[in-house]
Amino acid sequence: MNLDLLIMNGYGVYVWSAFSFTLFNFFILYKVTIRQFDKEHAKFSKKYKSLNSQQITLAHKQSTNRTFVRTVAHKI
Amino acid sequence: MLALLNEKSKKILISSKFRNLISILFIIFLSLGLFEALVISPKDYLQSDSVRIMYVHVPSAWISLGIFSIIAFLSLGVLVFKNKNFVLISKSLAPSGFIFNLIALVTGSIWGKPTWGTWWAWDPRITSMLVLFLFYFLYLLTWKIFEKNKAITISSYISIIGAINVPIIKFSVDWWATLHQPSSINVLSESTIHSSMLIPLFLMTAAFALFSMLIFLMKYNVELIKVKNKGLNRI
Repeated sequence: MNLDLLIMNGYGVYVWSAFSFTLFNFFILYKVTIRQFDKEHAKFSKKYKSLNSQQITLAHKQSTNRTFVRTVAHKI
Repeated sequence: MLALLNEKSKKILISSKFRNLISILFIIFLSLGLFEALVISPKDYLQSDSVRIMYVHVPSAWISLGIFSIIAFLSLGVLVFKNKNFVLISKSLAPSGFIFNLIALVTGSIWGKPTWGTWWAWDPRITSMLVLFLFYFLYLLTWKIFEKNKAITISSYISIIGAINVPIIKFSVDWWATLHQPSSINVLSESTIHSSMLIPLFLMTAAFALFSMLIFLMKYNVELIKVKNKGLNRI
């Protein structure tokens, strides 16, 4: 392994720690977001499985936009 | 069930396909950028190899500023035009903007030690970036502590007020005496940075922009499923 690439004229500790910190944060943010997605997906699965056939038909009639208007931002 | 998630919500399906493309592009650009930044690009005649920190510090600062500007613009749309989708987009953009702001501050501090001899200085550029970090923090905190409708209004005001800080960050190096050098890259005039340094800088900027887009798409999906979850509660 090329030691010059590691030492970088004495600045290696600064350069490598800056790049490592960046990539570590990328990894954490990616993992956290994937976990949030899995959590919400699991919640959705649980709720969906508890629906009866009539409720499932109703669920399929819901459009994202209509649901959004009703649930999130109708009061702003 | 997947049919309900995918067929009824084209947004999830499209963003999943798009996400794969973005992931591949991100890996390509990051690999090329890292190779250029750490191996190929020359060292600076004054700063020697410590200049390589620029390749993570500068793109992070640019992207955190860009994301906050988009959030502020969309928040204006939320308040003025009552556009509901803007709320989801802004909320999904904020985490990556926050992380890029943190990276810019920390890598700037690491760069400051060998260059200026200090980890931190109350320099106008650094201080205004810290203020932006606080605005990001407040924006994200609002969604944690307030109920949805209140959070929409408060977070919109926070981002619009925070947007005043964006031009201050940009022009702080021209308006005040600062440790930071003036802009090396200019859109309207010729850049003062050599192409051997510009190439890795743009490769890393592209990689970081792709990463923020990837996180945005994933967060947007999370928000959409949350909406669908609420919809199921009402059946």
